[in-house]
Amino acid sequence: MADQQTILRMQGITKDFSGVRALDNVNLDVRRGEVHGICGENGAGKSTLMKVLSGVYPHGAYTGTIELNGAEATFSDIKASEAAGIAIIHQELALNPLQSIAENIFLGNERARRGVIDWDRTAIEAAELLAKVGLDENPATRIVEIGVGKQQLVEIAKAMAKDVSLLILDEPTAALNDEDSDHLLDLIAGMRDHGITCILISHKLREVRRIADRVTVLRDGKTIETIDMSAPEATEARIIKAMVGRELNNLFPPHQPNIGRELFRVEDWTAYHPVDTSRVVVDHASFTVHAGEIVGFAGLMGAGRTELAMSLFGRLWGTNVSGRVYKDGEEIRTATVDEAVSHGIAYVTEDRKRYGLNLIGTITTNISAVALARFARWGIIDRNQEYLSAEGYRKDMNIKTPSVSEVVGRLSGGNQQKVVLSKWLVSGPDVLILDEPTRGIDVGAKYEIYSLINALANQGKAVVMISSELPELLGMCDRIYTICEGAVTGDVPRAEATQESLMYLMTMGKELR
Amino acid sequence: MSSPTTTEPTAPAAKPARRLAVDLRQYGILAALVIIIGLFEVLTSGRLLMPGNVNNLIQQNSYVLILAIGMVMVIIGGHIDLSVGSVVAMVGAVAALAMSQWGLPWWAAVVVALLVGALVGAWQGFWVAFIQVPAFIVTLAGMLLFRGLTLIFLVGGTIGGLPDQFVAIGAGWLPSWLGTIGKTDVLTLVLGALACVALVVLQVAARNGRRKLDLPVEGAASFWGKIVVAVVAIMAVCWQLANYSGTPIILIILAVLIVAYSFLLNRSVFGRHIYAMGGNLFAAVMSGVKTNRVNFAIFVNMGVLAALAGVVSTARAGSAVASAGQNYELDAIAAVFIGGAAVQGGVGTVTGAVIGGLVMGVLNMGLSILSVDAAWQMAIKGLVLLLAVAFDLINKRRGGR
Repeated sequence: MADQQTILRMQGITKDFSGVRALDNVNLDVRRGEVHGICGENGAGKSTLMKVLSGVYPHGAYTGTIELNGAEATFSDIKASEAAGIAIIHQELALNPLQSIAENIFLGNERARRGVIDWDRTAIEAAELLAKVGLDENPATRIVEIGVGKQQLVEIAKAMAKDVSLLILDEPTAALNDEDSDHLLDLIAGMRDHGITCILISHKLREVRRIADRVTVLRDGKTIETIDMSAPEATEARIIKAMVGRELNNLFPPHQPNIGRELFRVEDWTAYHPVDTSRVVVDHASFTVHAGEIVGFAGLMGAGRTELAMSLFGRLWGTNVSGRVYKDGEEIRTATVDEAVSHGIAYVTEDRKRYGLNLIGTITTNISAVALARFARWGIIDRNQEYLSAEGYRKDMNIKTPSVSEVVGRLSGGNQQKVVLSKWLVSGPDVLILDEPTRGIDVGAKYEIYSLINALANQGKAVVMISSELPELLGMCDRIYTICEGAVTGDVPRAEATQESLMYLMTMGKELR
Repeated sequence: MSSPTTTEPTAPAAKPARRLAVDLRQYGILAALVIIIGLFEVLTSGRLLMPGNVNNLIQQNSYVLILAIGMVMVIIGGHIDLSVGSVVAMVGAVAALAMSQWGLPWWAAVVVALLVGALVGAWQGFWVAFIQVPAFIVTLAGMLLFRGLTLIFLVGGTIGGLPDQFVAIGAGWLPSWLGTIGKTDVLTLVLGALACVALVVLQVAARNGRRKLDLPVEGAASFWGKIVVAVVAIMAVCWQLANYSGTPIILIILAVLIVAYSFLLNRSVFGRHIYAMGGNLFAAVMSGVKTNRVNFAIFVNMGVLAALAGVVSTARAGSAVASAGQNYELDAIAAVFIGGAAVQGGVGTVTGAVIGGLVMGVLNMGLSILSVDAAWQMAIKGLVLLLAVAFDLINKRRGGR
């Protein structure tokens, strides 16, 4: 029944990887013009399904059928699916940072006559596309000069340039701040006016709730259900239940704070941009953290939270860094990573793949990387002890892997994050700075990370938690600092904090001072 | 079209491994070496593995193997060193000058040579580690600079007439201290046997250590199987050498280097830092690895090993010439990549690099015995390098998913 309403019908899709079933008889129906959400924990099969759809896994590499506009589609590669009007925008953006917006939009699809590019047409059409996606930038601007949010819009313009009818967005707001996210979500919701159907893969259920017409939930490679979001029972809790197969009453584990003495204090911390050295990015920031306390840093993207943490931790960021750091009341030096670590400070990066892990190394060597000296005598490593330590963390942290000799790059995001945390826990820190500790990981793993953070605080450690998700900060922290344009603009106890009050300080703070 | 299957997924039980799985891909390059040896043994009607040729294989390729050991560390760290051929020539020239013009004894000349190598390494390491000039540029400059200096040192063209003790480093054998049985040198067999005993003792001790801590150990069959293969291989090589002129001095040096550097890369903090840097430079920095010190040390080490290779090749040639060491850097780099190192860094082993060097050496020797034209030899070696790396990549891609 090839009705006009259905643009895509995938039926009985099954895909195996050397004996492991990634997709098991998955069905997906997408209606023309709708925004169709796909939810599922990491490893549920979302990406694999989209790779089947876009021809990354060619016809024959899977079983089942794909019908596009009522006709069976058998894509041999990505080019074939693109020709049929399907485009994917991946989580990691695929733009060339050194080329212009216009060049990127028409990359591989150049406005050219006999191999010679028509620059006038390129510029005019690029401007039209930018207007459609609501991006007010000169098409000649290079990608490096615009922010991630705008880059995401360029990706969408690029897809539209290919006359796409089915647009797949994989975690499009993962790296965006709330404002850019809002703009992007509005744009996606309005895509049907351009005759484009969207499939939205997202961990952020609020977003899915906001713009998706229907949501299909995958779990363990199977279709669980497709939920019509206009129905009254279609709540976030319902989606979560379908995703994890259990009711999640509490997104955040309970935490009884036991706050002790002041452990960590930073005064007048200031750092300038490493390239544009006249720009102050961290502006006389001061804060304190007590033993057993979880302190949140709230701020919009670009507010300087990561820059504050990284300039504190071994001057990994910034120039002309100044200010004072105290631990247990005594001033300490943290000018190199070594000094910071030796004073019991740990910084868990927001970008684990780029800064946190050696993806081609094993779990064991990653976990021992910071505190290798603990396993070594006269510079020679006791690899048995190293292995035992990794094995211990595998059990304690519930890292899901057949063996700690496995390569880290093969783990899911949540398990990779547990490896990064383990690696810092080996160094025995008293002060933990966690930068977006749950970014890009699934609901179940998030809960485990939250429980771990609580456990660390209960051990009397001072925890700083940087997060872009306000509900997360409100659910986890004992106290929240707001940061705006590099300055600390608020210090709010949890009891007094609301999303609205924090957002006010995060956006208006500097004018209030 | 196939209909949807309804079979339940068979979830692979994620039991913690009691036994270490044997990764066969790790032995791919070793298998390639065995196949190439077998092939040429047949093609040359058994001449390839005659005692004299086994001896020459070791002595002729010693310099590449020494360079490959240094180069694999450079490449794991994410760099490259194009200057080693020129360093070999310059160090050879300095050593020859030291003996023939400054009147230094041979051992002092060797010490001077190694010091010069360390200085060269420090020079290049300084630019790479502290000024952050890419190693490709620094060592390309070094390639020209040190070749030029060699020409300046060797104004006369060639320095010959080097002392016998010096020449012996590259072209001599241990004396037959234990006498001979028939024509067979006893010392060589004893050394081989000692090496086998050491291998067995160390392997069994490591295995027992792991077992005591209840860590997964390799299955007994594959563990003992590998040891038997290794022992047979060691004794076979020693037997052939014993029936020629005995133990080449350079073989002792090589054996020490291979064992020491394998240990350094696998077991030392320094070695681990090299892998960490090559695997993810940012993550290494953020974990507190002092990358500039590690980089500096990698290049100083490469300089010293290049100097040693210079001493060996000058000794073997019996004279220092300005054209020495040409293309040695390419042989060493090829050996490292044939041995399974990754171009992006972070992957590679000393044994892999040595086996890679031997693959090239066996090819050279086999093709020479077959009187294949030198031009064709070069072309064939180029193709082998390309195919070896391509095969490795395809293999990894298949296993990687």
